[in-house]
Amino acid sequence: VGLDVFPLAADLGAARSQMAFTLGFHIVLACIGVGFPAIILVANYLGLKRDDAVALELARRWSKVAAVTFVVGAITGTVLSFEMGLLWPEFMRRFGDVFGLPFALEGIFFFTEAIFIAIYIYGWKHLSPWAHFWTGVPVALAGLGGAWSVVAANAWMNQPDGFKLASDGTATDVNALDAFFNGAVAYEAPHMILAAYLVTGFLVASVYAVGMLRGRRDRHHRLGLLIPLTFAVIVTPIQFIVGDTAARSIAKDQPVKFAAMECVQETDTHVTEYIGGICTSDGVKGGIGIPGLDSWLVGFSTDTEVTGLDSVPPEDRPPANTLLHLAFDAMVGICTALIALGLWLGIAWWRRRDIPKTPWFLRATAVSGVAAIVALECGWIVTEVGRQPWIVYEVMRTEDAVTQADGVWVSLGAVIVLYTALGIATVLVLRAMTRRWREADDVDVPYGPRPAAPEPPQGPA
Amino acid sequence: LSSADAVAAVLWVGVTFYAVFGGADFGSGFWALVAGRGERGRRVRALVDWAIGPVWEANHVWLIFMLVILWTAFPEAFSSVMSTLFIPLCLAALGIVLRGAGFAFHRVAARSSGRRVAEAAFAISSVLTPFFMGTVVGAVASGRVPIGNAQGDPVTSWLNPASLLLGALFVAAGAYLAAVFLVSDARRFGDSELVAYFTTRSLAAAVVAGALAVAGIFVLRDDARFIYDGLTSEGLPLVLISLVCGLGALVLLWRRAARGVRPLAVAAVVAVIWGWGAAQYPYLLPETLTVEDGAGASATLTAVLVVFGIAVVVVLPALALLFTLDQRSLLEEEAE
Repeated sequence: VGLDVFPLAADLGAARSQMAFTLGFHIVLACIGVGFPAIILVANYLGLKRDDAVALELARRWSKVAAVTFVVGAITGTVLSFEMGLLWPEFMRRFGDVFGLPFALEGIFFFTEAIFIAIYIYGWKHLSPWAHFWTGVPVALAGLGGAWSVVAANAWMNQPDGFKLASDGTATDVNALDAFFNGAVAYEAPHMILAAYLVTGFLVASVYAVGMLRGRRDRHHRLGLLIPLTFAVIVTPIQFIVGDTAARSIAKDQPVKFAAMECVQETDTHVTEYIGGICTSDGVKGGIGIPGLDSWLVGFSTDTEVTGLDSVPPEDRPPANTLLHLAFDAMVGICTALIALGLWLGIAWWRRRDIPKTPWFLRATAVSGVAAIVALECGWIVTEVGRQPWIVYEVMRTEDAVTQADGVWVSLGAVIVLYTALGIATVLVLRAMTRRWREADDVDVPYGPRPAAPEPPQGPA
Repeated sequence: LSSADAVAAVLWVGVTFYAVFGGADFGSGFWALVAGRGERGRRVRALVDWAIGPVWEANHVWLIFMLVILWTAFPEAFSSVMSTLFIPLCLAALGIVLRGAGFAFHRVAARSSGRRVAEAAFAISSVLTPFFMGTVVGAVASGRVPIGNAQGDPVTSWLNPASLLLGALFVAAGAYLAAVFLVSDARRFGDSELVAYFTTRSLAAAVVAGALAVAGIFVLRDDARFIYDGLTSEGLPLVLISLVCGLGALVLLWRRAARGVRPLAVAAVVAVIWGWGAAQYPYLLPETLTVEDGAGASATLTAVLVVFGIAVVVVLPALALLFTLDQRSLLEEEAE
């Protein structure tokens, strides 16, 4: 019905936009879901070990925030599960049994996470303190395992393995383990897990930095800033090294993606590294060029050959090269700036056992959360747009995977409206919670703490 | 029993858990919707919050489990269903988002207006979501999903007698289970007025669900003949068990019995789900795609069974722990 009325390409655009929008939304919540439990447990541990009421109160409040963000993450994650089939049925039909196993494993991790986060969040009152602490540990571990599994599925799309292609394009000789341990998972999964810790750490710290800038300098704010920020600044340099390794691996494994993000038009040695600028077929316009550096970054020698976009026909090259290039530069630039923030904190702490005195440090920390999210989104743009036109690298084109159902433009519009409202509501609800905490009141959250049982009826029943 | 059959059984286990626990959570939303505004309505909604708060998220994960098993083990069926039934599945996903967000937000919303919007979103979507899921099951059962990418009719595949009947039956069955569970929950803290309130509603929901099931027999005979034939032959013993359990639960409810209603009500629903499975076997998509033909690579099926084995060892005890702590009221608000 109406299949010929709308050109396929139009629906492909809608499907890709919807996937990008919903994944870009969910990934922030997913990061919080992976990173926050670990940070909460640190506060919980410090609180119990040092008998520190402020640290315990932070853990308790953070767990209530996590209750809200976990629900939003769970429902937006469910939408993604639906979209695998709603938007990309041909992809799932051909390869669902090849790369589905990571998702099945992720299901187990998610189950564990959902069960123990409920026990942890609702368990503050009746469980003994250390028993309660330990119910939080599976949440943090399951977050790690779940992230690893889901990223394994994405890594498989970048480095498909564990099957052979029959002449009709179907997959045969499937080996689910080879698919799981594909060539990209070893760098993609750690990169994503570190990103989750980094984003959550800076995001939580930024909230307290804003509070301190507004004059709330009590111990509650100090500890609320220091615990997540310490967490994040330790992770950031490691992330830089992992990301650098990932980029070098991509230069080898997905050279066209690498060429697009570095704007390398022709395969060559002594390739110039450009920072910023606009990609054109004549090279980069307006960026800062450092001769030979791109080759050196790929192989630690300016003689290293870097594959260019000209290695494949135009229809096999990713679109939006400038976007890719700038997204990659922004990600690296933000990570570098965040390392500098960590050094600043480290030096001040080493000299005076205190955070830097200047308000500029708090201002920098206040924007670090948003900056980390920008870097996160840029990373996903690089890996997903950079893989185009392939949904499975060099195996299946995205245009061959998309649904033939009409109405993707409608669902895209609905999703944009719904998620915008969802995002606004989430922020408003969290702000309302913190406002009430400041007024020393307490709030009920989804998993708990449960309200007291509804009052028994008055009078004779 | 082939490994494809075994994985299909695993899938059906997920369907069963989701139908019973997820279904009851949806049903709770139904009761929140019809509870009305006044003081008693407020108490009913508070009871629903209290009852499903700690468990609904874990119950929701069964849906993810089903989707993942379906696309990993039966990719052909998954892609055919998801593309032909694009509209009701989008609406179900929309309902899931509204319901989760509504539930998460309504207790922490800053203003009473925001709280009411969130409550309404939770309650309305608790009815719409199982309805659309029911239409999807009806579409599959009545053979309206052909193999391929959106090869079925995008509208009449799920707007037809069998789909509408199953949509209504899903809502009614969820409401029935929820009312039965809420009777016990109300009893746990001695609110005898709400015990009576939900006992009456359990009886009403049982009658409505039973009537829909009887009507369904006639609808299926005309509209989903293959399932009808299966339910009246291979599935008949399970249908009869469901009938006996349902009637037993009705009698116990009528006599205001404190024990035994929950197991019988659950058994009635579980029996009909497995009766359905028996009726539809060996087909994933009746009369076009069998379990055997629709199954993915055999190595993957084995892996799925291994993963399920891990889930049984890891997830089920954890789930049992959650339910035990919950039923002993150990998961509660801390003292301020």
